[in-house]
Amino acid sequence: MKAGNTAELNVQNKIALNLRGFKDFFIGILYLLPSLLLLGIFIFYPMIKTFYLSVFLTDQQGNPAAYVGLENYRYLLTDPGFLHSFKATVLFVLYTVPSSIIIALFLALLTNEKLKGIGLFRTLFSSTMGISVAASSVIWLFLFNPSIGMLNQILTMFHLPTFHWLQDPDSAIIAVSITTVWMNIGFAYLILLGGLQNIPADLYEQANVTGTGYWYQLFKITIPMLSPTLFFISTVTLINAFQTFGQIDILTKGGPSNATNLIVYSIYQDAFVNYRLGEASAQVVLLFFCMIFITFIQFKLGEKKVHYQ
Amino acid sequence: MRIVKSIIVYSLLLVSASLILFPIVYTLMVSFMTGGEVLQGHFLPEHMTLENYRSAFQKVPLLHYLVNSFIVSLVVMVGQLIVSSLAAFAFVFIPFKGRNAMFLLFLSTMMIPWEATMIPNFITVSNFGWINTIAGLTVPFFALAFGTFLLRQNFKTIPKELDEATQIAGMNRFQFFIRVVLPISKTSLVSLGAYGFLTTWNMYLWPLLVTNNDKVRTIQIGLKEMQSQEVATQWGVVMAAVIIVILPTLILLFAGQKQLQKGLMDGALK
Repeated sequence: MKAGNTAELNVQNKIALNLRGFKDFFIGILYLLPSLLLLGIFIFYPMIKTFYLSVFLTDQQGNPAAYVGLENYRYLLTDPGFLHSFKATVLFVLYTVPSSIIIALFLALLTNEKLKGIGLFRTLFSSTMGISVAASSVIWLFLFNPSIGMLNQILTMFHLPTFHWLQDPDSAIIAVSITTVWMNIGFAYLILLGGLQNIPADLYEQANVTGTGYWYQLFKITIPMLSPTLFFISTVTLINAFQTFGQIDILTKGGPSNATNLIVYSIYQDAFVNYRLGEASAQVVLLFFCMIFITFIQFKLGEKKVHYQ
Repeated sequence: MRIVKSIIVYSLLLVSASLILFPIVYTLMVSFMTGGEVLQGHFLPEHMTLENYRSAFQKVPLLHYLVNSFIVSLVVMVGQLIVSSLAAFAFVFIPFKGRNAMFLLFLSTMMIPWEATMIPNFITVSNFGWINTIAGLTVPFFALAFGTFLLRQNFKTIPKELDEATQIAGMNRFQFFIRVVLPISKTSLVSLGAYGFLTTWNMYLWPLLVTNNDKVRTIQIGLKEMQSQEVATQWGVVMAAVIIVILPTLILLFAGQKQLQKGLMDGALK
């Protein structure tokens, strides 16, 4: 009799637990519903759709018209236009990423000193972070103006040759890079300064006791301790460089002769100006794998550094 | 030795600051110049004039663009806060089956660059009839894995006993969420809100795609439009507009620099 009661209770408990579990699941999903719905419509579905479109030729309305398999990819990899975009993007990355980080690191080291009024400089150095891509681009568009822009005037003042900055293919990519580096500095600077301030002070005290010099401390203590932050900021800057659009649209529109037709700009033109959605989607897929690859490398290297310490 | 070092550091600081600030200061100066002075390439205006600012507001619907940007940024901010906090609450306080798998699914979206989804998203938004609407500019950005992640980390620090205590007090889950969890997490809600507002304010490519008239067009696109219309003659007016556009974000940045730096570091390293 007693045993029977316990069994009955267990069954009841189980049913109650199951009910509770079911109820929790239902309520949990209810709270997640807005996110799930939006992520589904605006991230997961379009992601799949992009892969799908990339194996089709599309008509003027952007509807898939003919299945072409990997033809779009094959076409891209032999198309001089795309290869040029890819080359321009790599060049742009090489021009902007290392210089942004080196300049930001220099500024962060300078303002990591304990001096009067250093707070003001910290605020000033981070200021470009508060300026949007559109505003920065318009500012630099004016600075690059060949006749009334300040840049050529300064060059003339020092008897240096002047440039038609945005009209010449060689200087246009440099001009876009200068603009980008200036825009990057604020954010990279703040992150690196934060990293520097997290380095324990006693490491330097010990080094001071043994009487080592500034450069020795910089390369043996500061840079190694800062490496996780450096990895983080290089990944972010690298990914941002691959996503560059606004500067190009305002400064050069991809020109002259495609010298600044970076990949996202080329995607934009193919998709929204020429309505070649299939080809544009294939470019998106290639861009996506580039970014996944960079992130993957960052994680691998980042992990190694953590173990190293 | 100490003094020599200070002098070197201060000079480097001054040189760097002037190089970095030069474009901003110059923009400010040009915004006060007359058209003739701009064409002569002066650095300092002879007579400060506010004419450019007046023209900027008169010639283009600058105020209208500013209001649009403000509304769009505010809507995205509120949308993100609601959607992310609901999701984060479920991930912390509702022990349902498949919760961890679901969370991983959320995190995976952080790996997907926004550009990878823009073409189908544009088609979707067109099909919804959302071109030139606030909805088209805002709804696609409501769900934010980063926001959910940030709030989840914060909600996790709330003691479970509080949940039990409120249940005994006769509150249901939703009341617990509104009356207890949200007020406790005010700081992280504010930083997420500021982040959402600023990124939306500065957005460029998406507003360019989904607007083609003045109705809901944002200030960033207005700036580009203005620059291409006025380029030959009226640089002073364009620069006045630039100053008007960057002022709100610069003020916000300077006011919240300490919190921002802390927030960024938490995001970057934890």
